[in-house]
Amino acid sequence: MSRIQHLAVNDEGFVFDPTTGESFTVNSTGLFILNKLKEGLTETEIEKQLTETFDEVPEELQRDMSDFLQQLKSMGIV
Amino acid sequence: MKYEKPVITKLQSGMMNKFGSSPLYARKIRTEIDSVPIAELVGKFGSPLYVFSEQKLRNRYRELYGLFQNRYPQVTFGWSYKTNYLQAICAVLHQEGAIAEVVSEMEYDKARKLGIPGNQIIFNGPHKSMPALEKAAKEGAKINIDHMDEIFDLEKVSDKLKKKIKAGMRLNMDTGIHPQWSRFGFNLESGQALDAVKRMAGAGKIVLNGLHCHIGTYILEPDAYAVEVEKMVQFANEVEEQFGFNIEYIDIGGGLPSQSKLKGTYLPPEVAIPSLDSYAEKITDALYRNLKPGDFPELILENGRAIVDEAGSMITTLFASKRLPDGRRAYITDAGVNNLFTSFWYKFNIEVDRELSGLNEPSIIYGPLCMNIDVIDEGSLLPPLERGTRLIISPIGAYNNTQWMQFIEYRPNVVLISENGTVDLIRVSESLEDIERNERLPGRLIIEVKKPEKND
Ligand SMILES: Cc1ncc(COP(=O)(O)O)c(C=O)c1O
Repeated sequence: MSRIQHLAVNDEGFVFDPTTGESFTVNSTGLFILNKLKEGLTETEIEKQLTETFDEVPEELQRDMSDFLQQLKSMGIV
Repeated sequence: MKYEKPVITKLQSGMMNKFGSSPLYARKIRTEIDSVPIAELVGKFGSPLYVFSEQKLRNRYRELYGLFQNRYPQVTFGWSYKTNYLQAICAVLHQEGAIAEVVSEMEYDKARKLGIPGNQIIFNGPHKSMPALEKAAKEGAKINIDHMDEIFDLEKVSDKLKKKIKAGMRLNMDTGIHPQWSRFGFNLESGQALDAVKRMAGAGKIVLNGLHCHIGTYILEPDAYAVEVEKMVQFANEVEEQFGFNIEYIDIGGGLPSQSKLKGTYLPPEVAIPSLDSYAEKITDALYRNLKPGDFPELILENGRAIVDEAGSMITTLFASKRLPDGRRAYITDAGVNNLFTSFWYKFNIEVDRELSGLNEPSIIYGPLCMNIDVIDEGSLLPPLERGTRLIISPIGAYNNTQWMQFIEYRPNVVLISENGTVDLIRVSESLEDIERNERLPGRLIIEVKKPEKND
């Protein structure tokens, strides 16, 4: 199981990684993506759901997504 | 829900690990300052309250002074009044041996009133009025000339007093630090400084005896000081050889950092800030590499924040809490940014006075000012705080008691905890009389208070 499955995530966007003891905060959009990744959804599926759930999703959504995934990678979460 | 760019932020582990094994229950608790309970301080002196530790102030001064004294034979510290000119703070530092460094006539008068003789005052700054210059020249102050007009003014003072006047000059230069503080003093690289010396030598009324420079504040690069010292000493050598002046002091200004965290920096100050020792080493090493053998001009330093910042804390009380539309928890305290001016660029250390339970959550701390900019802390992880909780904010000893503004509330008490634990009130909180003392209400505008009509 990848590290992301272990993350403790609360509704306020507080994220705790019990394997490393590190903690993070995410904003609402980030929280949504993180939860969907935990559920095992693909990038395209998440993008679709984001557009359905949030208002005013910008054209550069894909770029934001990949930027966020990169952040997660650099933190060793995915 | 409105879309925002997704972001994730790693929470600073240094702070977390230091205050508990699990980051979820990280707490920073402080129940006393110098062994005086927070409750006692607030009980006697109210909230908000500025608290200074005399012990910390003296210890930091001695520590910093020692670092230079151990390496160089002639060291003088000038206390930078603008950093904190409360009388008691200045007096403690004068007791420790500091002379005064002032940048205005008001500060000059303040130092004189406190009992500091003119010859123990360094007079800096770009705005020295004629009367101020004349007074300082008569009293033998160390005047550091800032610009050409000041040279002309000082020459006039020399004519008037019918004597030559000793003075230093302020330089500005490229030390690799940005922004370069090039608006003060004479520029070295462009030849402006040398031109000014020529002018003084030619007129023969000012005897140049010192060089001054202040490269900036909160300088995180010890090497910048090495460059500064090297350029200053080389210029001193040049001036001595070409014009026969004797440079008696090299004043390298202030700017050493305090253990405070600048906004936007990630590392905790213990990691981000080089040791004070490393600055002393670079500075004195550059002196020895460039001074002529056997020549030891007085080394003057004018550090402000590095000496007083950590000696000061502010106790403030949580007055209310609310939930913001974006889900963050917000707290309203009784101390605003008008009393914590440095909140505009520092992220303060915030401690609470009691054990708390509950999950940490992103929280924002506001002051009471009815203005959108009144934010003490833009976001920290705090457990839910109850009304009446005291927050202890630090370090706040530098610049807050000089740059503060009176705005819609009375400025609070300031106390100093002595080394044996007694607490002295060193500035009394303001009253309406204090605030209105200098106002004049024209007679035609006086509102007549009508007697209430009898209701029978
Ligand atoms: C001429 C001069 N000396 C000393 C200081 C004190 O600086 P710091 O508090 O950074 O040490 C200042 C502050 O700006 C200054 O302008």
